[in-house]
Formats: sequence, C-alpha cells, structure tokens
Amino acid sequence: MSDQDEVLRLAGLRKSYNVGLPTELEVLHGLDLTLGRSDFASLVGPSGSGKSTLLNLLGLLDAPTAGDLYLLGEPTRTLDDEARTSLRAKSIGFVFQFHHLMPAFTAVENVMMPMLVTHGRPSAQTLERARTLLDEVGLAEFMDRKPQELSGGQQQRVAIARALITRPALLLADEPTGNLDTKTAASVFDLFRRFNREHGCAVLVVTHDPRLSAVCDRTITLVDGAIVSDERRPRA
Amino acid sequence: MWIESTIALRFLREGRAQTTLILIGIGVGVSVIVFIVALITGLQGNIVDRTLGTQAHIKVEAPDEINRLAPLPAGTTRLVLETRRAQRLRSINNWQQVMGVLDQFPGVKAVSPVVSGPAFARRGNAVESVALVGMDPARYQRIIPLSEDIVAGRLTVGAGDAVIGRLLADDLGLRVGDKFRLVADQGREAQVNIAGIFELGVRELDQRYVYLDLKQTQSLLDLPGGVTVIDLTVNDIFTAQDVSRRIAALTGLKAESWLDTNAQLVNALRSQSMSTAMISFFVAVSVAFGIASVLSISVVQRTREIGILRAMGARQRQLLLVFLVQGAVLGLTGSAVGAFAGYGLVWVFNTFGPKLFYIPVAPTLVPMAMAIATITGTVAAAVPARRAARLDPVVAIRHV
Repeated sequence: MSDQDEVLRLAGLRKSYNVGLPTELEVLHGLDLTLGRSDFASLVGPSGSGKSTLLNLLGLLDAPTAGDLYLLGEPTRTLDDEARTSLRAKSIGFVFQFHHLMPAFTAVENVMMPMLVTHGRPSAQTLERARTLLDEVGLAEFMDRKPQELSGGQQQRVAIARALITRPALLLADEPTGNLDTKTAASVFDLFRRFNREHGCAVLVVTHDPRLSAVCDRTITLVDGAIVSDERRPRA
Repeated sequence: MWIESTIALRFLREGRAQTTLILIGIGVGVSVIVFIVALITGLQGNIVDRTLGTQAHIKVEAPDEINRLAPLPAGTTRLVLETRRAQRLRSINNWQQVMGVLDQFPGVKAVSPVVSGPAFARRGNAVESVALVGMDPARYQRIIPLSEDIVAGRLTVGAGDAVIGRLLADDLGLRVGDKFRLVADQGREAQVNIAGIFELGVRELDQRYVYLDLKQTQSLLDLPGGVTVIDLTVNDIFTAQDVSRRIAALTGLKAESWLDTNAQLVNALRSQSMSTAMISFFVAVSVAFGIASVLSISVVQRTREIGILRAMGARQRQLLLVFLVQGAVLGLTGSAVGAFAGYGLVWVFNTFGPKLFYIPVAPTLVPMAMAIATITGTVAAAVPARRAARLDPVVAIRHV
C-alpha cells in the first residue's frame, strides 16, 4: 500500500478512563492499525472489548490517552476541539445504529446537513449532490419527506447518503444494520460496498453480525482492548 | 448564522406545543408590563398636567433678607440677641437683565415676570382678601394657559381691566362688566372693571387671584417698575430642580422648582414609578425563568440531535447560537403577542373603564418592551445554550 492510499494509521494508541485516579482503567492497550482507501473492513468483538471506544477515537469524537492517530497522514492527538471538529467534518462520515436524522428536516435537508453546518446556505452543487446521493440509495421519490414518514431501512439509507455528502475519506458505521431486518441489512451493506468502490472511500463497520462481517474484505477482531486478529479476504 | 437560525426555527416549530405554551406565558407577562407601564405613565402624566396646569415649573424670587453680623476681631466672644427680620414685599434687583439671561437659559421654555402681593377686594359692604397678580398676558399665557380657563368675558388686563376667579365673583356677586374696588396696603386704592372670569379648578386660586397688568399692580403694591417673581417653564419638567439650582447659583436669587414645592406629590409619583419598575422586573424575571426551563427541557430532548450535529462538524459556538436564537425568537414573538394584548387592555380600559382619565400609549413603549423581551430571552437561553454546546458528542450520540 502506498502512502497516498493510507487513510488512517494508529500508532500505539491507548485510551484510559479516570486517568490519575485509583480507578484508572485502560480500555485500549496500544493499538497499531492501518486502513487504506480501498479497505472495506469490519470491526468485530464481544461486548466490552472496546469497539465503541475505538470508534469514538477513530471518528475524532474523543482523544486518545497515549499514542497517536494519523488521519490522511496528519497527527491528531494534540488538536483542540475546534480543529478536531473541522477535520472530522472534512474527512469522516458517520452512520449510527439509530439513524439520528433530524426530524424537523426533510430527507434532502438531512443529507445536506453536514455541508450546511460547515458552509452555511447550500450551493447548487451541494443540492445536486444530495439529490444524486439520494437517487443512488434509491430514495429519489422521498427527498422531501420527513424522517418519520420513512421506514427504518429508508431512514438508514438517508443517513448513509448524509455520511457521504462531504466526500469523506473514511466512513465509520456503528452497527448500521442493528435494527434492520436481514434483507434490508443486506441492501444497506451493498450500498457500503458500492460507495467503497465507486467513491474510493475507506469503510469501517462495527458489527455483531458474523454474516455481515463475512462479506467484508477485511475483519479486525478486538478482544479486551487488543487486536487479536486482522484477516484479509480476496475481494468478492 | 443562517444554518443556526434555520435549525433554531425548525426546533421551535417542531416542538409546537411547548413553543405555544411558552409564547402564551411570555405574552401574558409582556402584556401586563405594557398595560401597567401605560396605566401608571398615563395616570402620572394626568396628575402632573393637572398640577402644573396652574403653576410655574420654577419660581425665581428675591433672596430672603437676613441679619448679617459684623466680623469679629480674633479672640473676642459675642452674645447675640437677634430679632429675625420680617420679609417685606420687594422687587428683584435688575429684573430686566435677569429676565434677559433666563430667556437664553438652556432648558428654559418660557419666562414671565410677575408682581404679586396682598390686597382686599371690596364691593359695598363685602370684603374679600385677594392676591393681586400683575402680569403680561402674552408671556404669562406660556406659563399657565389662562385663556383656556376663561368661563366668561375675555382675558384682557390693563387700563383698569381685571380678570378674577369664579368663586371670588360669586362671593362678591360680580359679573363681567361690573366694577369693584381693590384696597392695598397704606390705603392705596383702585377701581377696576371685570373683563373676564376664569375657573382653574383649584379652590385657592379661583377664590383669591385677581389678574391685573404689571403697571397697575406695581402702583397698588408700591413697587414702581419692580417685579416680585419671575415664573419659568422648562422643556423637560423633571429637570426643573436641576435648572432651578443652576439659576440660583448663577443669579444669586431664590429659585424654587415645582418638585420642591410639591415634594409630597413627587414622592408619591416616585414610589409609584418604583413599584411599577419592580412589578415589571419581577414579571420579566419569571418570563426569563420560563424561557430558560423550556429550553433546558429542549436541550435534553434533543441531546441525540445535538450529538449528531457535533459529529457532522458543527462547532460548539454554533450549537450555542442555535439555542440563543431560540431564546431571542421566543422573546421577540412572545412580546409581539403581549404588546398586542397590552394594547387591547389599554383600549378596554379607555373604552369601558371608569373614564377618569385617558391612557395614552407612548409609541416607544412597544418597541422597547419587545427589545427588552428579546434581550431577556437571549440571556435566559444562555444557560441551556451553554449546556448544549458543552455536551460531549460521544455521550450525546448514545443518549437514549
């Protein structure tokens, strides 16, 4: 993998809670990991293994206690909240288990939201891109519906389109299919796969579902805050 | 600012029930403030108008005469038996020059020289004690609009013409065109003709005042060419005290403002204003708490949305703004509703009330109430807004 392909690199990443207190607890014990632009990876592991903590760090929602995280080659540990926020806005897309759409806004407005909070009033291109993305996730006819007028699967697809509006280098998904039925879940995964290929965006999915992780190119297993296996499969 | 306002407005619109309830709350509060301020302002304006309708804002007189003691050589003691001096009727020295200065004095609207003193009015066997007031009608009109209160005849003085109060006319059985005799100190007498009869609505004045021209009064009171009082009105009645002090300091004369002569009334007005201010303040405080509590609940309800906005790149400052704007919008809209309702209350009072007096609504009252409510709303939103801005996105996103 060349340097240009590197999206994310962890170097001895540690995370502890209650630092300095007698109850100090290290959750992640010095992780090293590299994620490339073409990676379509899943992160699996039992409950309490530190998956969510790791995802928060990868998403720059939280800062590591030691070690560093390089996003597109840039070290991030010393960034302040403001700088982390703007880097996050530029480079990372999020999809959560619960869609977290804003009920007061229509589908297309929700998709544009990351652009709106960083750039203000939407440009014609932003609107066009939001429409294209909604079209790509198969919701062309539902653009002006409010989230509560959409089904669970449709809501999750809006959330995926939203995660991609900023052309992020990295898409992080936390149990994105956790509350969807199997068929809908599979179609959501197909979307991830397609965006990974067509938009050149690294995808990391946290999931409990072994069938879903089986369709990924790479499976990273986290147990007790350490990476115990990192398997790559040839692309399907 | 665009996206922050858009999110704020959508949040308010989405929480329609909450928004409506708090708007009613703010509206009631603001309407109470608008009504009570208009009522008290109207009432006070009415009282002040009535009081000042019959008196000058400032009276300038000659200083009191006092006994002066010669300076003592050092080391001597002295026993003093002092007979305090009676204040004789006397003229203001160089009153023409003083009047020239007062005409130009900043804040002074009108100046009128007056000579006044005691006399008796006699007709047949009936005698009444009266106060002679010699004045120049053109100037005096600007102090007390006497011509508006003339109930019979005309306002003309000079050439033996006098204008008297209705009660005095009743007491002496006089009508316009009748003559009576004025007797002043040391037997100085004049026969005058009644040109007009006034009624100011103040018993003391309607029973005692006899208006003459300056010249005739001066000769009756043996003050040739002199005036005893210079009456003034000022542009802003509440600066009268200040203006009177400056006049006293500049001229060395005695200057007394209506605020000094009506201390009781002024005191009552002040207490009234203070209680109005206190009521307004506490209503505003309870409105502010209402806004703060509604927005606090909203922050909790929207924790997950706040989390996702942060994850999508919204900065802390932006979320702060989202909630401050909500506070401002609630304040502005609620106060618009309240101002309208307040106007309604004033209209009801003016139309169906006791009709003792009319409440005017100052054109600045509504914009001011709205501006204050908007600021109050924004300030009240500060605490919930800070909470929203400081939410940890990690925690907020997983909030159920």
